[in-house]
Amino acid sequence: MPNTDTMAAADDPLVREHRIKQQAAQEQRRDTVVRVVRQTVTFVVFLGLLAGLYTGYKAFGQSIGDAQHDWAVVGSVLPRTDDLNMPPVGEIFGQFGETPGGQDRIYAHILFDEAVFTLREAFAGFLVGLVIGMAIALALAQWRRLEQGLLPYVIASQTIPLIAIAPIIVIWGRKNFDVFPWEWQDWMSVSVIATYLTFFPVAVNGLRGLQSPRPENQELMESYAANWFQTLWRLRLPASLPYLFAALKIAATASIVGAIVGEISAGVEGGLGRRILREAFNYTTGPDRLFASVLGAAVLGIFVFLVVTAVERLVVGHQTQESTT
Amino acid sequence: MNKQKPWRLLALLLAFVVVAASCGNDDDEASEPAPSPATEAPAAPEPTEAPAPEPVELQEVSLQLQWVPQSQFAGFFAARDLGFYEDVGLDVTIIDGGLDIVPATVLDSGGADFAVSWVPRGLVPREEGLNITNIAQVFQRSGTLQVSFVDAGITGPSDLEGKLVGNWGFGNEFELLAGLVSVGLDPQSDVTLVQQDFNMTALVNGDIDAAQAMIYNEYAQVLETIDPDTGELFQPEDFSVIDWNDVGTAMLQDAIWADADKLETDAEYRDIAVRFVEASLRGWIHCRDNFNECVDIVVGASPPFGGPAHQAWMMNEINALIWPSPGGVGIMDQALYDQTIDVATSQGILQAAPDAGAFRTDIAEEAVANLEAAGHDVYGNDFARRTVEVKEGGN
Repeated sequence: MPNTDTMAAADDPLVREHRIKQQAAQEQRRDTVVRVVRQTVTFVVFLGLLAGLYTGYKAFGQSIGDAQHDWAVVGSVLPRTDDLNMPPVGEIFGQFGETPGGQDRIYAHILFDEAVFTLREAFAGFLVGLVIGMAIALALAQWRRLEQGLLPYVIASQTIPLIAIAPIIVIWGRKNFDVFPWEWQDWMSVSVIATYLTFFPVAVNGLRGLQSPRPENQELMESYAANWFQTLWRLRLPASLPYLFAALKIAATASIVGAIVGEISAGVEGGLGRRILREAFNYTTGPDRLFASVLGAAVLGIFVFLVVTAVERLVVGHQTQESTT
Repeated sequence: MNKQKPWRLLALLLAFVVVAASCGNDDDEASEPAPSPATEAPAAPEPTEAPAPEPVELQEVSLQLQWVPQSQFAGFFAARDLGFYEDVGLDVTIIDGGLDIVPATVLDSGGADFAVSWVPRGLVPREEGLNITNIAQVFQRSGTLQVSFVDAGITGPSDLEGKLVGNWGFGNEFELLAGLVSVGLDPQSDVTLVQQDFNMTALVNGDIDAAQAMIYNEYAQVLETIDPDTGELFQPEDFSVIDWNDVGTAMLQDAIWADADKLETDAEYRDIAVRFVEASLRGWIHCRDNFNECVDIVVGASPPFGGPAHQAWMMNEINALIWPSPGGVGIMDQALYDQTIDVATSQGILQAAPDAGAFRTDIAEEAVANLEAAGHDVYGNDFARRTVEVKEGGN
């Protein structure tokens, strides 16, 4: 309820409405802060628990000696606990602050630069995948016959393992993609791989979303004599957004996976894929760095997920609030 | 309200694209290869230095490597960075290998003008129809070892009987299999073959009794590893090594491959091939005589797997795989070629001995003649391995 000093001006209904709106906005902001803080704390606590579990298991394995028979699972089904197989958590995180030999930057900085490189490839692929996926969804929503004919192929496309298509795309890129006005680079092949993983969830969920308006809404648009585009723009596209964003969250993380795998397959230097390959190769002499680089890739995945979530809040987030206020 | 939402989405996307694009430009500039310090180092007075006339149009040529940049390919990087390719009118792009990149396939499909590949890995796809040929046999011996802890008592292939024997697969195991057969062991039943990662963790872990290792890479890696029992680096005395060159089942490795038909039909391509091989071999000669400079070039080319000390080890061992080259650098050693084919056919790796077009020596011979005429030592008969300091983690 408004407090006393605002009561004076409250006679003016416009001012009152403004106040109420302001307050609502304030509350919403506070809620957002509370939510973010709560989620962050939960995340950190959970991370701590995982680290504790890891360290505890390691300490237990070390104390009993892995090669024993009383606890047959430790060191055989579960990993061995020496530093080569399970580097201490402190050393893994300590890696981020260290400067590898022959480098001028700390490891976290190197990982950041490589993550930016991979993110660029992934994002380019993600955008193209979004466009292609939506185009397929629109086409399938428009022509039901097409849906029956094309959808199986769209699904089949995802059953081909990535490592099978990656070299094909790379070779095609170098050899056949010179129709484009720019010179084809290997990282673009990596983006194509990211696209390949991205368009599918967008197409499938986008289709469901476009088909989601109830018949009466559709009929209402028809009664307004709305044309195809108006119906799409005012009804079907807005209705598809929640479905679409669910797909985009999958697609964004998948594009990162696609870019990393693509880099490894195609031999592209500069991103996290090459980094992980490098650290896997150097595992014997530096196991903690492989763990650290994989954590870096995970952080990048979480980052893009959060970005899509934030965009979703901006674009569709108000919908629920608007309908309730 | 609804009307705004798609617009907002579009606007956001557009903003992203703009941001991403501008980031991209920045990064491209940043990632331009910085002129490596090695390029500026005054090269020892080169016998072939001719006063450069007005800049000639360089011909663009690409080379597909079998793996990522490392001293294994130092000669090519040296030839690029020191201007040896430019001297013969070529502008060479060196393409990294990758996990799924088969250089022979890339070459055949036109994805590169030349490729570096092990001989068996070139001959097998060739038998399946790829139109490629070996034009310069750079490595004169094999770098593949089988490494075990000395207390396992594995000093020869016959000692592998009943053991867990690591190998990488993908065609890296041929010498091992032939070595087992050569002492009367059946690879299917007398040993347990274990798929091994491209590192030495399984050996250090004790998961396998003998690990596959390249003398210039994984063998160095295990020497760069701390022995948990002593807290010091592992020492060469801790290991026994089976060298397939000694067993007699070694197969030829790094060679330069080219498009076979094009060499026949396209005189310009053949001419480029001669110049490319000449400048590449000059790079290898340079790396024999300027060890430290070449290590710096490799480390500067792009961050290699394994640090500077590891690359120094590798440079030394790679030189030892090339030098001495009794018939001249890059010239195929017929006896070793025959041995390679024997191993490959006896293992069923190749169905039959390849026809005479599998390799040709005319291009390398021309290149070597040019190099010799310019005063280079193309045999390296006085070559001796250096002593390279091993450092933890290769850094």
